[in-house]
Amino acid sequence: MREELITSGRMNPLIDPYLNAWHWQIPLYLFLGGLAAGLLFFAGYFIITGKESKYQTTVKYGPIVALGAIIIGLGALLLDLKHPAYFWQLYTTIRFDSPMSWGAWVLLLTSVVSAVWIGSYLKEAFPKFGCKIGFMRKLLKIVIVEKDTNSWDWKFNWLQKFEKYAQDKRKAWAWVMVVLAVILGVYTGILLSAFNARPLWNSAILGPLFLTSGLSTGAALLMIMTKNHIEKLAYSRIDLLLIVIELFFITHMFMGFLASSEVKVEAAQHFLGGDYTVTFWLNVIILGLIIPGILEALELLKFKIPVIVPGILILWGGMMFRFIMVDAGQVIRYLY
Amino acid sequence: MAIDTKKCVGCSDCVVACQTENNVPHGYSRDWIAETVEGTYPDLAMEIRSERCNHCDNTPCVRTCPTGASHVTEGGIVKVTHEECIGCGACIESCPYDARYFHPDGYVDKCTFCDHRVKNGQDPACVSVCPTHCMYFGDLDDPNSEVSKKVATRKTKVLAPEAGTKPQIFYLI
Repeated sequence: MREELITSGRMNPLIDPYLNAWHWQIPLYLFLGGLAAGLLFFAGYFIITGKESKYQTTVKYGPIVALGAIIIGLGALLLDLKHPAYFWQLYTTIRFDSPMSWGAWVLLLTSVVSAVWIGSYLKEAFPKFGCKIGFMRKLLKIVIVEKDTNSWDWKFNWLQKFEKYAQDKRKAWAWVMVVLAVILGVYTGILLSAFNARPLWNSAILGPLFLTSGLSTGAALLMIMTKNHIEKLAYSRIDLLLIVIELFFITHMFMGFLASSEVKVEAAQHFLGGDYTVTFWLNVIILGLIIPGILEALELLKFKIPVIVPGILILWGGMMFRFIMVDAGQVIRYLY
Repeated sequence: MAIDTKKCVGCSDCVVACQTENNVPHGYSRDWIAETVEGTYPDLAMEIRSERCNHCDNTPCVRTCPTGASHVTEGGIVKVTHEECIGCGACIESCPYDARYFHPDGYVDKCTFCDHRVKNGQDPACVSVCPTHCMYFGDLDDPNSEVSKKVATRKTKVLAPEAGTKPQIFYLI
């Protein structure tokens, strides 16, 4: 039995006394990336299934929020770098072994595809050129001309042609977006699970779990955003299903840890009686999954529930889940 | 590299030698001393180790690096090209030995086995200053090198073998 382990001569900041190399930027980015993956997945999915007329908010406005989330997430990532001026070196190489390299490229592609998507729907989403903010007006005027008070058009011919091309090939774009969204959602989990040095993260189920959680937060935000009752109800149902899947995955994650090697058993103990127990079970399981699950089940039983309540709770749970996983993963280390 | 835990007294000379040789900034270190005590009084066993990057054969740090700054040189030394490092921290997270740290200049730094000395036929600074001669440095692929002979004739262990990194520092026990 080991009585004591003393390490002397090493006091490296952010490494000792326990690893703290990743702060709020990474979990925030993982949350926003998952949210964007969810929003883009549903936008693509409802085009592919031909139900876009029922899901107007999803298709037209969802991707705008998604692109915003990706941009804020990228900003957080940039802040996380200790040498942000060198960030472009991510794009001078492709490294298939490195999840972070995958992530950098997928984020770039997703931003481009969602920007094209937004552009192809911009006239439908915002038929009037009603921008009041001065500098935004000037910025938009670079590519846009105001025809009259009720309509606008692209300033350049090639933009008009490209818009038509994007609109004609909408299904193809939707397929690309669904695939990218799934990769983005899974990647947010794989980024962590690829580190076998961190026992808590080193679980293959983290990929599907983070994807499910991302889809669920995306559905929750769309449920809040939409004014259409049918769309609201649909997302309420989707979210209920995703919550059940998520609980199933979380149970399996802990079962896997408890049936594994000593370090993983100890990692699980931090959540089953250890110092992360209350934070995790209260924020993620009870507030983030069970209560919104019950509320949505009640809504299906025709009770009147304001959707903002389960919606915000799911978003809160999804964000806390990532913050807790990133934080706890760094505290739990190999024993030797 | 092989380190004799029976000879090491934990004097920290290796730590100081490394900091001086490699201009390691104040408050940082590339190597350190670990002391473990096992058992219940009065049956106690103590082990003292000088620890650093294990220059693993299966390198998670090189695998997770998104820019290729982390690499394995010919001869097996794991290094970081400072100009290519963006300071994302992926390699720090991937190291089960916590052997890497953020240099204040914005890149990730670690033990280089003093490759600038090794090129000239010298031992790494930590090995050359050790007052008890508990460290052996050399080519593990050459069966006639001193380090290979030590590893072949003594009982050895590596740190966290279950992490699957195939560490290349052998502790003689």
